[in-house]
Amino acid sequence: MKRLKNFLFLLVAAPVVALASEAGVHLDKAPVNLADQESLQRGARMFVNYCLNCHSASSMRYIRMQDIGLSEDLIKENLMFAAEKPGELMKVGMTKADGKTWFGATPPDLSVIARSRGADWLYTYLRSFYRDETRPTGWNNVVFDKVGMPHVMWSLQGEMAPVMKKEGEHEVIERLELVKPGSVTLAEYDAMVGDLVNYLVWMGEPAQVQRKQLGIIVLAFLAIFFVVAYYLKKEFWKDIH
Amino acid sequence: MSAMQKLMGWVDDRFPLTATYKAHLSEYYAPKNFNFWYFFGSLALLVLVLQIVTGIFLTMNYKPDSELAFASVEYIMRDVDWGWLIRYMHSTGASMFFVVVYLHMFRGLMYGSYRKPRELIWIFGVLIYLMLMAEAFLGYLLPWGQMSYWGAQVIVNLFAAVPFIGEDLSIWIRGDYVISDATLNRFFAFHVIALPLVLIALVAVHLVALHEVGSNNPDGVEIKKKKDANGIPLDGIPFHPYYTVKDIVGVIVFLMVFSAIVFFAPTMGGYFLEANNFIPADPLKTPPHIAPLWYFTPFYAILRAVPPMFGSQFPGVVAMGLSIVLLFFLPWLDRSKVKSIRYRGPIYKIALALFIVSFVGLGYLGLLPATPIATLFAQVFSVIYFLFFLLMPWYTSIDKTKPEPERVTG
Repeated sequence: MKRLKNFLFLLVAAPVVALASEAGVHLDKAPVNLADQESLQRGARMFVNYCLNCHSASSMRYIRMQDIGLSEDLIKENLMFAAEKPGELMKVGMTKADGKTWFGATPPDLSVIARSRGADWLYTYLRSFYRDETRPTGWNNVVFDKVGMPHVMWSLQGEMAPVMKKEGEHEVIERLELVKPGSVTLAEYDAMVGDLVNYLVWMGEPAQVQRKQLGIIVLAFLAIFFVVAYYLKKEFWKDIH
Repeated sequence: MSAMQKLMGWVDDRFPLTATYKAHLSEYYAPKNFNFWYFFGSLALLVLVLQIVTGIFLTMNYKPDSELAFASVEYIMRDVDWGWLIRYMHSTGASMFFVVVYLHMFRGLMYGSYRKPRELIWIFGVLIYLMLMAEAFLGYLLPWGQMSYWGAQVIVNLFAAVPFIGEDLSIWIRGDYVISDATLNRFFAFHVIALPLVLIALVAVHLVALHEVGSNNPDGVEIKKKKDANGIPLDGIPFHPYYTVKDIVGVIVFLMVFSAIVFFAPTMGGYFLEANNFIPADPLKTPPHIAPLWYFTPFYAILRAVPPMFGSQFPGVVAMGLSIVLLFFLPWLDRSKVKSIRYRGPIYKIALALFIVSFVGLGYLGLLPATPIATLFAQVFSVIYFLFFLLMPWYTSIDKTKPEPERVTG
């Protein structure tokens, strides 16, 4: 009984706590455009280079990247570092236990990360790392406080530092500013993250482009069928009343 | 006699094929004045068939194993030919089943379709609704996402609130101390075979009872009272072809809505497929906000509206159970002289409107975290919900009704 009570309390109280901790974090709109195959291809390259070392995408097959305009040879030569055959799933060598030891939490599988987190969250998160020497990795994140993941793309973005402001009693982060430039400008970095998030959205459901195309055909068919059925009904019913 | 007639004669001597066809289709006389609200019965049947057929195909590739379940759903979404379409049809079908059934039940409330002599049709219908809720709940565990897991945890824990036997009861249901592989396996068994069998049987008796007494209609008058020389109701028309061709139009409009969701918004902004359910189940990580799917939220809001008494959440669980059990008594709670809302007085119209506002309001509040103001609203709506039933014998008998017409109108 006590367990249930605690549990129900958790149910009732937890959402309020969660809202409090995430309140105030503004999410930027991710530039998602699945029709832009070049962006998806650039995003795929970013993904295999920066993400697919610690994170797996264990529901995704390399060969599926043919759907974003890449040939089998291109995939084999440029995007497959840890797999033999293009039909393989995007798995990583790091075990769950290793991940837990090294980062404090197992890096989540990214197959459907865009579906659980949403594109805007990912886009903002990947641009919100800042230097924090109190953290084991030396990095923290505005969107995900005390995150276990270090800033993997720091050599691109450079180092950001928080600008604080007073809000009542507390000091809160107002914004981040660049303190040590990376290899690209911040605008270029935003565009690169945009490509990566675009790819993650596509990878969350590779069938979605086909789904929408088919949907138009299905609705057009039903519209024609409706006209036929409507007049059929009218014809049958003209002697009623 | 043609060869076809000979064959039919041969069959009819051994099985009542022609007689059944006549009794349920070509010579089943339905009132000629069915309106928009009468589409939802046949649509519910359509969705049932869709769910069974898509479910069979999903079962061919789904793995009811806590290690494999989540990945097998993604396998269906990516590697199985047309798997994504079958899965989205099934997930959309689950929600649309409730949309259609809620509208079907509302029709019954409006036109008094539960009144004598249709009490058993109504009772079978409420049983179908109960089974449907159980079926949806069991099925929602199968993708083994965070919401699957924690939603099941919350609901099974409700049984733990039963005094004395609660803890043992919940362990017996789960087959374990927490939701686990054992739970997934038994939920799968119930979802794919046990409950579908019960559902189909209940739908069959619902229809047999309906065809025994005949359909009600928007005027709430019995068409069987006025028959012609051949014994055919004057206001009745054969179900086939009249209502079959009419229902086809309804089916197409429904399929357009259904397809728009399946192809363009399969998650419906998180209402049909929750974002958190794309995170694999993690028994060690409670999600910050656990909300049941939208079709359960009215009852979930009632559960939360009742404060714990004597340190127990049991009163809330009882209130939630009672909110559904009351439906069974509806045919005997209603004392009005007329069936249809068309001839009822203002009191019933206001009562029904308040009931619908409360039910929808509860559904909305059940989606939100329970803030004090939300809980207050939920309590007010819950009281209205219960008073709609409990005061019904009184307010329906004093309500000023209009005389019913002899024959159906327009």
